[in-house]
Amino acid sequence: MAASAESLQRISAAGLMLQLWRSSLGKKYVMAITGLMLFGFVVVHMIGNLQFFGDATLINEYAESLKSKPPILWGARFGLLAAAMLHITAAIQLAHSNRRARPVGYDGGKVVASTLANRTIIVSGLTVFAFIVFHLAHFTIGWVNADLLKLTDAAGHHDVRGMMIAGFSNPLVSIFYVVSVGLLCLHLSHGVASIFQSLGLRSKKTEANLKKLALVAAIILFFGFCAIPIAVMADLIK
Amino acid sequence: MSIKLDSKIPSGSVGSKWTKYRQEMKLVNPANKRKFTVIVVGTGLAGASAAATLGELGYNVKAFCFQDSPRRAHSIAAQGGINAAKNYRNDGDSVYRLFYDTIKGGDFRAREANVHRLAEVSVSIIDQCVAQGVPFAREYGGLLDNRSFGGAQVSRTFYARGQTGQQLLIGAYQALERQIHLGTVEMHPRTEMLDVVMVDGHAKGIITRDLVTGKIEAHAGNAVVLATGGYGNVFYLSTNAKGCNVTATWRAHKKGALFANPCYTQIHPTCIPVSGDHQSKLTLMSESLRNDGRVWVPKQAKDCGKTASSISDSDRDYYLERKYPSYGNLAPRDIASRAAKQVCDEGRGVGPGGRGVYLDFSASINRLGEDKIRERYGNLFDMYERITGENAYQQPMRIYPAIHYTMGGLWVDYELMSNLPGLFVIGEANFSDHGANRLGASALMQGLADGYFVLPQTIGGYFASGKGGAPSTDHDEFKKALSEIQTKTSKLLSIKGKRTVTDFHRELGKLMWDNVGMGRTQASLKQALERIPQIRNEFWENVNVLGGNDELNPALEYAGRVADFLEFAELLTYDALQREESCGGHFREEYQTEDGEALRQDDKYAYVAAWEFKGVDQFPELHKESLVYEEVHMTQRSYK
Amino acid sequence: MNLTLRVWRQKNSITSGQFVEYAAKDISPDMSFLEMLDVVNEGLILSGEEQIAFDHDCREGICGMCSLVINGKPHGALPATTTCQLHMRFFKDGDTITIEPWRASAFPVIKDLVVDRTAFDRIIQSGGYVSVSTGGAPDGNAIPIPKEDADKAFDAAACIGCGACVAACKNASAMLFVSAKVSHLSLLPQGKVEETRRVLNMIGQMDAEGFGNCTNIGSCEAACPKEISLDNIARMNRLYAKALLKNKLS
Repeated sequence: MAASAESLQRISAAGLMLQLWRSSLGKKYVMAITGLMLFGFVVVHMIGNLQFFGDATLINEYAESLKSKPPILWGARFGLLAAAMLHITAAIQLAHSNRRARPVGYDGGKVVASTLANRTIIVSGLTVFAFIVFHLAHFTIGWVNADLLKLTDAAGHHDVRGMMIAGFSNPLVSIFYVVSVGLLCLHLSHGVASIFQSLGLRSKKTEANLKKLALVAAIILFFGFCAIPIAVMADLIK
Repeated sequence: MSIKLDSKIPSGSVGSKWTKYRQEMKLVNPANKRKFTVIVVGTGLAGASAAATLGELGYNVKAFCFQDSPRRAHSIAAQGGINAAKNYRNDGDSVYRLFYDTIKGGDFRAREANVHRLAEVSVSIIDQCVAQGVPFAREYGGLLDNRSFGGAQVSRTFYARGQTGQQLLIGAYQALERQIHLGTVEMHPRTEMLDVVMVDGHAKGIITRDLVTGKIEAHAGNAVVLATGGYGNVFYLSTNAKGCNVTATWRAHKKGALFANPCYTQIHPTCIPVSGDHQSKLTLMSESLRNDGRVWVPKQAKDCGKTASSISDSDRDYYLERKYPSYGNLAPRDIASRAAKQVCDEGRGVGPGGRGVYLDFSASINRLGEDKIRERYGNLFDMYERITGENAYQQPMRIYPAIHYTMGGLWVDYELMSNLPGLFVIGEANFSDHGANRLGASALMQGLADGYFVLPQTIGGYFASGKGGAPSTDHDEFKKALSEIQTKTSKLLSIKGKRTVTDFHRELGKLMWDNVGMGRTQASLKQALERIPQIRNEFWENVNVLGGNDELNPALEYAGRVADFLEFAELLTYDALQREESCGGHFREEYQTEDGEALRQDDKYAYVAAWEFKGVDQFPELHKESLVYEEVHMTQRSYK
Repeated sequence: MNLTLRVWRQKNSITSGQFVEYAAKDISPDMSFLEMLDVVNEGLILSGEEQIAFDHDCREGICGMCSLVINGKPHGALPATTTCQLHMRFFKDGDTITIEPWRASAFPVIKDLVVDRTAFDRIIQSGGYVSVSTGGAPDGNAIPIPKEDADKAFDAAACIGCGACVAACKNASAMLFVSAKVSHLSLLPQGKVEETRRVLNMIGQMDAEGFGNCTNIGSCEAACPKEISLDNIARMNRLYAKALLKNKLS
């Protein structure tokens, strides 16, 4: 017994992944790394979207160029899907064990330190997930309105721009969009800084800057995404 | 049965004794060690280090503490540091000098051989602690830092900010936890020892109470080690933790172990004064404050009610500077303490109840600036403000002496074994190394010396002698002890009187502090001896202990401890009465020089007073172990 | 001053508890919080009611035995202060004070305000030490340690193991406690040797004890009476990844 107690067992690669997934810290790494991937996607997505404000065909050509490389497109899609699934599964499992660890709250007052963003991280995450499903159904798969995917522009490309204008002309869609993006950004304002802490890249010195970075990123993303529905609703874009 | 005190000191020069002892001692075969079970009670520096080391050697160890974790024992509160004769500073330190300073500091009432061994192993303690990862203070070059402490003329004190005790205890605790993990030590936290079990004249086990379930249990072993600390809480108010108690050593005493020099109690001069009857303990402020503070009281008693700032310099009595021009505010602990008591007895004390003196930093603040003082003592000033609500940068601190450490304890021989074979006593719980007064930064040194380096070796000699057979707990002596404890517990719960345990403890403490505290006289001691049995009798008729035995019951735990203090207090007073001299922490007002210094009577009292229990309400029997000084000559301490 | 206390009373770990109100009368502002409870307890005993059980020992802020969540805050609202060092002058006459035990599945209530924190000891047992036995240690100055490292190690080692970090965390995570020990030992060359197995084993034990997960909020740091920094958690996160890879690759 004495020998095994002080030595470690060597493990295989699969064993390593399993150990990673089973340990609380490992699961936080999964959260952080998948979170970073999804954050990267959101940033790229916003940059793509902002081409909406460019030349009338710019965004359509951009969409066409993405679709012209199916291996990359589908690779990215599957990668992101896997990341999202891991992110969500880990989050649910962590939340569950957290509740089990602390089933009773305090009568005398609130927890010592917390912000709106971290108190609502689960709710905002779940709402954003619901939104993503709708968003994909709306603009990618076409379940909401199949005609949106049939629009074409003068060059014969799928008219993404026209689809966005048509979609956001519906006030309910726009409001849902703005609210969801707002929650996403709230989520990110805690999440982005959290990535650095979970991966052990934060220190007292960098803490303030990381928090600022997360906040600035969240604000830029919010205005970047919401500019489109607002512009459509305000009739600035025809 | 007549007791013959054999201190078993090896022959030879003082410097060669420990080496000689180790060369000649009998060893236990490594394969046989696990057949010996050692019971260790208490997990402070001495107990935790002993239990860990015994486990490493291969013994089967059972360790006990009343706290919820072995990491909490009161060694943790030691602030200053730990001495070691490393001579890293090249300032002339040596094993001999540490030995001599300790003997002299103890006012020539300690055993030479034990103290020399302590100085010898002091150097290994530092090495061991560094290897464990204790974060000692370091210099920019990366080497260990030292400071001079408690008036020593060399810098031999190693420290970890103001939390040396904490860091050393955590080191020992971690070593202990490692052994628990390896299965050599079985740990019993929240468990209190209530009796020692003697079988055929040997200590073979203990009776405990599980403080959570109330279960009273017997544990058998081949030897019992007590590392249960001091008895300062007999004074109710002291710098000890609330849980510190005399129960383990007192109950061993009642089973035949001799109690040595109980009257040697150390008073620390710089504690925060009592603020009211609610006071539950006293808080020590580091002695280093006296480096930059000036101690004073008003010259006239009528000025005591005024604010400090409204008393002009000419109306202030800087009494330490006046009486001891060369040492001034840095006079040794016992001298500074008695001087404070004296001015307060004259009615010149300040603060609530008139039991306090000023420690004034204004001169240093004017000279060095407030920032410098903040840099040196900021944390202490903060602590003072937290407790008193006063800002010591703007008004002087108030301080008063308090009971801090007890040099007396169970009598042990050179092997740290009591007169009861198989019962070992280490750390503050024994009497052996500090004489009548302990030097600063020596308590941690002794606890770890005993636990890491002395006991684990000497205990093997006892086992190798072949007397180590372990009876099982089925033995009649265990059954008898169990039923005695159960009866006592039921008795405490059945009295249902009108006074709380705290009330009795407070009354006893006040009596002890007033009559057997800093200044003792024959009259005050005799008065205490009359009063103690009265309080004790009332306790057993009128104490109110609620709750049951089979549950966590803090009132019941406390009642048992106070019951023991009520018996022990009498012994302490007897000892103070018989010792008609003043030495170290024991000051009999009848025996002082013209200048008010302690006056020893070496021709009559150069002995260890070891008391034998003869029954409650019976006068104990005094046994004397003569102190023979082969190496040093007794001198009078002078701090003028 | 006079106060109203709402105190959690619970007979033992099996029965359920409830809040009971007590009046604390003639309380001196100079009392410590625990002395105030002593006074209330004295009154309870004289009126024939069992005293409120709470853990305490040194009463000078270093042993880590005292606990108590006071008005929702472990060790009360005063920063960098343990309950035993909190004084009544920080409350106002007429205040109602709610006193609860540490709340965490890994710290079950034993009685009233007393909880079982032995989970912390078991975490230390799993690797919170340097494996050196007594004797045979090299000279204390054999390995120079930069003062900055020794100071940082001390900052982490200042943890008193009270459990306020767990009590403050909405997930009852023990990350601050565990990371303080991991940091203390990893910052010193003596502790570096066993870093890999220490980090893996201690985190394994932490998870097994049923503590929750860190969500990077910092309640623990805010509640810590010894101001242990969140940097330690970041360091442990880093060391754990390193340990996993090292254990895999070597």
